[in-house]
Amino acid sequence: MSEVIVVTSGKGGVGKTTTSANVGTGLARMGKKVCLIDTDIGLRNLDVVMGLENRIVYNLVDVVEGNCRVKQALIRDKRNPTLYLMPSAQTRDKTAVTPEQMIKMVNHLKEQFDYIILDCPAGIEQGFKNAIAGADRALVVTTPEVSAIRDADRIIGLLEACEFKKIDLVINRLRYDLVKRGDMMSSADVVDILAIPLIGIVPDDENIVISTNQGEPLVGNGTPAGIAFQNICQRVSGKEVPFMDFEKGISFWTRVTGIFHRDRV
Amino acid sequence: MRLFFRRKSSKEIAKDRLKILLISDRVNCSPEMMDMIKADIAKVISKYMKIDAKSMEIQISKTGTKGGRNNKTPTLYANIPIIDLNQ
Repeated sequence: MSEVIVVTSGKGGVGKTTTSANVGTGLARMGKKVCLIDTDIGLRNLDVVMGLENRIVYNLVDVVEGNCRVKQALIRDKRNPTLYLMPSAQTRDKTAVTPEQMIKMVNHLKEQFDYIILDCPAGIEQGFKNAIAGADRALVVTTPEVSAIRDADRIIGLLEACEFKKIDLVINRLRYDLVKRGDMMSSADVVDILAIPLIGIVPDDENIVISTNQGEPLVGNGTPAGIAFQNICQRVSGKEVPFMDFEKGISFWTRVTGIFHRDRV
Repeated sequence: MRLFFRRKSSKEIAKDRLKILLISDRVNCSPEMMDMIKADIAKVISKYMKIDAKSMEIQISKTGTKGGRNNKTPTLYANIPIIDLNQ
């Protein structure tokens, strides 16, 4: 049974594309057939993060307009034989595609893949509507900041209105030193506010920058973020993986004061 | 001693701000409108009994925590202290 997962956040720059690339790659390395779709028409980025930018011939808009067959637009990742990327168009805008066309294309791809991962553009306009149209499951990415959490809350509301089967939360760029100091919301705080199931916590890690520079997702390579993304992939595929110690990152001190001030919040 | 005398950490400020912000975001209702609702409720109740309008609180929350956020209906809670029932 194939699953169609949209990776979304509302706010830009919180790590949708990084999450899409790493979760897609991780699932493919687990032996699943995965198709990554970049739905950000006009601002395509998933191809560079994946290091596949030099191999694009056709794109998503070509497919929906019938200029090519779906298969021709799919780029196979040579490092992971079961991973494919459907790139977005760079020279068009969001209005080039309709939600109906997306559903049609996704349904076609469902026949060949275990997982279809849609990288959603920022915002809640047409591009967002296109991306969520064909999906039945969502990963909402947020960082522990007020602006990102507010936007995530809005997105969750919109997804719930569209009757999504499953909406899970990815907390990205968590800094444990700040959490310990009381200057960043902990994962528990964020979950408390957004009230959806947590599927992963990705620590703030400079290796993300390095891996993006190189165009090679870092999932499963032993770095803190790599391990975190590996765990997310396992949980996406239904395995129960305990949250690692560094993922919790709540010191004894924070716990004590947390209890102390619980009645206030 | 820091436990008892410390200032609010920035994380707590963020969390408090978000909680208030999201209440109005989720019900699409501004804090000004909440104040107006509060004033009107106080006015109506005052016709029948003496209430403490200053310490009265109203809040819209999505309760009914069963199974996530889906089956929560927004509910208006009013906490109105009564000073004298037989006015």
